[in-house]
Amino acid sequence: MFACIYIPNFPVAAALRAEPDLQARPVAIFEGKPPLEKIIAVDESAARLGIAPGMTKAQAELCSELALRLRSPLQESSTHAALIDCAQSFSPCVEDSACDTVLLDLAGMESLLGSVAEIARALFERALTLGFKPNIAVASNSDAALLAARGFSGITVIPAGKEVEHLGALPVTVLFAEQLDADQKDEAGHLLGTLDRWGIRNLRALAALPEVALSERLGQRGLYLQQLARGGSLRTLVPVEAPLLFEEAVELDHPIVLLEPLAFLLNRLLEQVCSRLASRALATQELCLTLALSNLTGIDDDYLNAGIPSESDGSVATQTTSQIISSRQTKFTRKLSLPLPMLDAKVFLKLLQLDLNAHPPGAPIMQIHLSAEPARPRSAQGGLFLPPAPEPEKLELTLARIAGIVGEDRVGALELLDTHHPEGFRMRRFVAEVARKTPQKQTPDSSEAQAAITALRRFRPPLRVNVMLENGQPSRLNCAKKKEVQGEVLWKAGPWRSSGDWWERDAWSRDEWDLAVRNGEAVSFYRLVHDLLGGGWFIEGTYD
Amino acid sequence: MSSVVVPTSAALGRPFLFDAQSEGEVSCHPERSGKCAKRVARAVEGSLPSLDPKLAGVIPASRLEARPAPEMVTSGIAEIDALTGGLPRGCLTEIYGTASSGRTSVMLAALAAATRRGEYCALIDASDALDPQSVASSEINLDRLLWVRCSDDAPKKSKGNNSPTRIPTAAELGFTSRAFDFQKKNAHESEHRLEQVLRATDLLLESGGFGLIVLDLAEVLPQAARRIPLTTWFRFRRAVEHKPTMLLVVEQQPIAGSCSSLLLRLGVLSTQYSVLSSNRSADESASSLPSHAQLLTGLEIHIELIRSRLERKPAQSVMFETQAAWAG
Repeated sequence: MFACIYIPNFPVAAALRAEPDLQARPVAIFEGKPPLEKIIAVDESAARLGIAPGMTKAQAELCSELALRLRSPLQESSTHAALIDCAQSFSPCVEDSACDTVLLDLAGMESLLGSVAEIARALFERALTLGFKPNIAVASNSDAALLAARGFSGITVIPAGKEVEHLGALPVTVLFAEQLDADQKDEAGHLLGTLDRWGIRNLRALAALPEVALSERLGQRGLYLQQLARGGSLRTLVPVEAPLLFEEAVELDHPIVLLEPLAFLLNRLLEQVCSRLASRALATQELCLTLALSNLTGIDDDYLNAGIPSESDGSVATQTTSQIISSRQTKFTRKLSLPLPMLDAKVFLKLLQLDLNAHPPGAPIMQIHLSAEPARPRSAQGGLFLPPAPEPEKLELTLARIAGIVGEDRVGALELLDTHHPEGFRMRRFVAEVARKTPQKQTPDSSEAQAAITALRRFRPPLRVNVMLENGQPSRLNCAKKKEVQGEVLWKAGPWRSSGDWWERDAWSRDEWDLAVRNGEAVSFYRLVHDLLGGGWFIEGTYD
Repeated sequence: MSSVVVPTSAALGRPFLFDAQSEGEVSCHPERSGKCAKRVARAVEGSLPSLDPKLAGVIPASRLEARPAPEMVTSGIAEIDALTGGLPRGCLTEIYGTASSGRTSVMLAALAAATRRGEYCALIDASDALDPQSVASSEINLDRLLWVRCSDDAPKKSKGNNSPTRIPTAAELGFTSRAFDFQKKNAHESEHRLEQVLRATDLLLESGGFGLIVLDLAEVLPQAARRIPLTTWFRFRRAVEHKPTMLLVVEQQPIAGSCSSLLLRLGVLSTQYSVLSSNRSADESASSLPSHAQLLTGLEIHIELIRSRLERKPAQSVMFETQAAWAG
């Protein structure tokens, strides 16, 4: 059995998927260059108001209730990708017939997903969650399913051998797709005109025509159409190997200046992306947000279209114009790398909001493009006796918030570098991996306590001190910045010389002393450093 | 309306149900002592065991005096474990002392013990003072330690007067500017860092999942640290209550008041610091050796239990030694 998912009135469906609020209003889609924009698609409400494809935009604007939207290839592309994802979540063999039509091979799926009627119902509901309302048809061959989806709205199941009965009443126009290029439109128009002159209005009449006479008049094409009308066409599907691209985009009629309305749109895009990932049982570990910003203001189209005359040739003017056009919309890109594969639209939205708060675009936003890098979802088996660990989603949000407080590179895990430099470390991302049983001892007995290490507390930056030397050794020190760090040196150990990175610009060479310094009644232990290259004395830290 | 004042069983540490032995200890309002005594006697007479002998062995459902004791885990130092029983989960612990009193060593030992148990830890470093080599020498699992480094360069955001983490300024608390002229700049920096510490602590406590959260306020001026409202400490304590998270505060002076369940004071007595020479012979004193023959091998730390709400034991103190990483 084969199933067909068909989205009627595809440009309107793509616009409604991007703006669900428009479903309550009549909608018409136009395209073309002003002032010659023409209506190319309308929904049922707009058709009842008398708006029809072919009208000019100016004529359609007379209807105040009508919502007019410019045709958006980006939105149609996203809708088509969502259609493919919907189909591939049910069958591995999917044919991408047209931008608004996909065919699925349901062989072997009944044992997994239930009867064909249940599969059709599940397909319909999955499509609704992805934001569009399709026609679903199931038949014994792919072409019959395709014709039924084009002709009947809702869910249609044609039992095997009953194709002619079910398809006979459909008009001959269903033999041709809605979205055709110019040549195909001409051919379709010619054939439909011929059939109309013959009085052939429906598929039953076409199926009843004599084959020889039909082939003499319409050729092989006519015979093929008759085969389709009889529901007898048999062909194999050409499966699509669609790349795993999860992208959603929206073009804005009016630029967005504030981050709050941007968050509203981002939420919708994220939900759509997450739905598509979930339909494929995937998660994501990287999100890429690209905003097209409106950079230049006050430059009108006449200036751009006229161009600038050049002394040599027009290429310079062309380049200048294209540069202006390309620079009119600069791209602002932010990448969000996640420590673990996740699939939570709310968490993604919050992370993007925190990131945009820290790095605002700086210009009005004209277009939003969101893409997600697919990854296998993480699988974790929690244990009853394992120590608690932070939830990855919560932790990621918390770390993003803390980074907004203290700075991005000041929160994370510590990583030691392979160097003798005293500050040989760097910050790296803190990831709370799923706790797993380790061979480490985990007994909390006090017998497991080890000897405490004498720790050093560093001063960042090191404190500059004035040191009195006696026989070349520090005898007294005084720090202007920190009054507590001063006094007589009671005891000293050193110097310990170290140096490194002499081949780099940041070479270092120093002598270290460990001191016990009396300040009043208190005795403190410090590490004193003499910078041999710069010549200064510093207190690097306190032994505490 | 008559009333009788009866101390609660929880306050007296006695069983909830009255029994005949507690008859004489119940106190009454002095003006109504006659009626009160009769009422109490009636209550005692009417207590359940006397009414029905079968109920003599009944354990009351509400044991107000028996609050479950928090789980104690090792602090990483055997002497501290012997003194306090370890560090309590779900409680706020304070350790305070002056510079070179061993606070950081105790802090790193606690972090090492926690990461050895497989727990995730967070260190909110108000002064950005953590030494990576000391961390590595303490055998802390670096993958399980989250380090939050507060600084003066962080973006400053004013959150308004109603922020729970806002530190009241000196002027708001009635301090004149004259008293803080000499440390005005340092105090302002301390306030900014403290605000970062408190906000980060709030976020980490809300996130949950950490076995140990350490607030390192050792370099924060006491006058700045004392400005943290007690309500903040109360909120932190409530946030960790009934959870496996330990909250440890390292400071110069106690600042959390009654919110802390365990208060420890560390110190190194001025005449008892221990520095050993690597080549000292029996008839040579340490001071006679040249400095390049001297080596800091450790510190002798004195730790005193000031307060413990967990067990009522008299204050005690112990001494223990820390070992320098190069001492072997």
